[in-house]
Amino acid sequence: MKSKVNKNILKGIFLIGLYILVQIMINIGVIDSYYELNIVIIGINIILAVSLNLITGFTGQFSLGHAAFMSIGAYTSAIITAKLNQPFILALLLSGITASIAGILIGIPTLRLKGDYLAIATLGFGEIVRVLAINNDYIGGAIGFNDIPKYTNWTWIFISVIATILLINRFLNSYHGRACIAIREDEIAAESMGVNTTYYKVLAFAIGAFFAGLAGSLYANYFYFIKPDSFGFMKSIDILVIVVFGGIGSTYGSIFGAISLSIISLFLQGIPELRMVIYSIILFVIMVYRSKGLLGKKEFKIFKSRKKVELNVGTISK
Amino acid sequence: MWALSVNNLTKNFGGIKAIRDINVNIEKGKIIGIIGPNGAGKTTFFNLLTGIYSPTTGEIVYNLDSQVRTKDLKPHKIVHYGIARTFQNIRLFKEMTVLDNILIGFHNRLKYGVGSTLLRLPSYYKAEKSTHEEALELLDKFDLLNKKDELAKNLPYGDQRKLEIARALAAKPKLLLLDEPAAGMNPIETKELRDLINWIREAFELTIILIEHDMSLVMNICEEILVFDYGNLVAQGSPEEIQNNERVIKAYLGEEVEEC
Repeated sequence: MKSKVNKNILKGIFLIGLYILVQIMINIGVIDSYYELNIVIIGINIILAVSLNLITGFTGQFSLGHAAFMSIGAYTSAIITAKLNQPFILALLLSGITASIAGILIGIPTLRLKGDYLAIATLGFGEIVRVLAINNDYIGGAIGFNDIPKYTNWTWIFISVIATILLINRFLNSYHGRACIAIREDEIAAESMGVNTTYYKVLAFAIGAFFAGLAGSLYANYFYFIKPDSFGFMKSIDILVIVVFGGIGSTYGSIFGAISLSIISLFLQGIPELRMVIYSIILFVIMVYRSKGLLGKKEFKIFKSRKKVELNVGTISK
Repeated sequence: MWALSVNNLTKNFGGIKAIRDINVNIEKGKIIGIIGPNGAGKTTFFNLLTGIYSPTTGEIVYNLDSQVRTKDLKPHKIVHYGIARTFQNIRLFKEMTVLDNILIGFHNRLKYGVGSTLLRLPSYYKAEKSTHEEALELLDKFDLLNKKDELAKNLPYGDQRKLEIARALAAKPKLLLLDEPAAGMNPIETKELRDLINWIREAFELTIILIEHDMSLVMNICEEILVFDYGNLVAQGSPEEIQNNERVIKAYLGEEVEEC
């Protein structure tokens, strides 16, 4: 028990230390705006991948509409900060909430579909969101939404990433999360054990969409400018690639995947003509030799909080 | 007292009449066996009882915790009514640990909300702690405690069957449905299973309905046997009555045809 508390304190100290260290490096200019840009991209990708992993990796619902939720969050945030001049924290939360509501609305009719059918339905949803955005002049239509104030910085990214990981992990380590994993493993058996499968699929969708919306908000308020095509089908695929690359059903796999893939594409920017070729070859090799993703289902030992309650209980003597 | 009453139950799949107009009352506290040739409608009957199929006509009345009268029933609701089941082809959560499999069985009895999950309120810790304790106790009773961190898919076949039964019992059912529990077991394992089922009935005060092809198990353990053939309930009675019932013998062995 005591060592567990100590470990949590250590983890907290490590995270605060990391935050302060990077903040100081930004302030004194060791991390220039180019590196900061990449840190922001990595952070947004971590949020997207971890939240998609809840839907696809843990609940087993194959979704190709994650970028659409991000898009809804980005536009919500843009409207709130640029048009209505409201504070960023409000924009962040409302972006998550609107994306979440969209997730519930799209989830209720489509989540009775399975596997590839669900993938096609969510793909269609992504297209609907994109086309609606293109044809709406209030939010700039196809030209895009300009002059969004820049609020996103290292502090917001850091808080959002930690909150996403913490909350999704907490969700997974409860009976709600176990129900979601049970749905992935065997829907009929889960149902016969009392799991309301429709409810939990929609819940996973809503939570995943919330964090995707949050990521969209961070994105919009960093890059000044968003356009509907930034959140198309290919963006959804990119997120899915991160999840699969890191390991489906592993939160830390998603984090690792987001970081390593972002760094790989960063290094490949020097050779633009071969960039996508090498990127694809790396993906190909990883999938052939480690088909369960880089980390598989493994979680890092130091981060492992799963067995916390159980350890406190101890084993029962015969 | 009856636990379950089936009235005029019929199930058609297109033109196939899988279950034809079945009427039966199941008494509380008994072990009931369902036998019959392959394709006789035994598993369909189970699926109707557990809401996986909805009946074409007729209704099922459950009298377990409270009386529930139903024609259409959502599968996830049956646990609320006090029914748990196992499956013919074992349906464990393969990539989850043995302990997590059992914990899913408690799903219905846990009540803390998503909010207290995310904020880690005391209600979360309290409920999770007592659930873990109960789950470990249950695993201990089934001799699976030392395998609690093993993935379910890595267990030997007999343990998988046991785990599936333990998972069903975690839901604290009043009626346990076992679909071919002895399938694929050797005679020694079957004998162990027999003792296990008897012990479960005593320890958990259950009504048990089991589908089984292994006659030595059925005849030894069941107090009452239902015989299905072509979707009809052709006989109902004690093992002795069933063994001497002409229609049952006909269903299993066919009838003699006089040569002309």
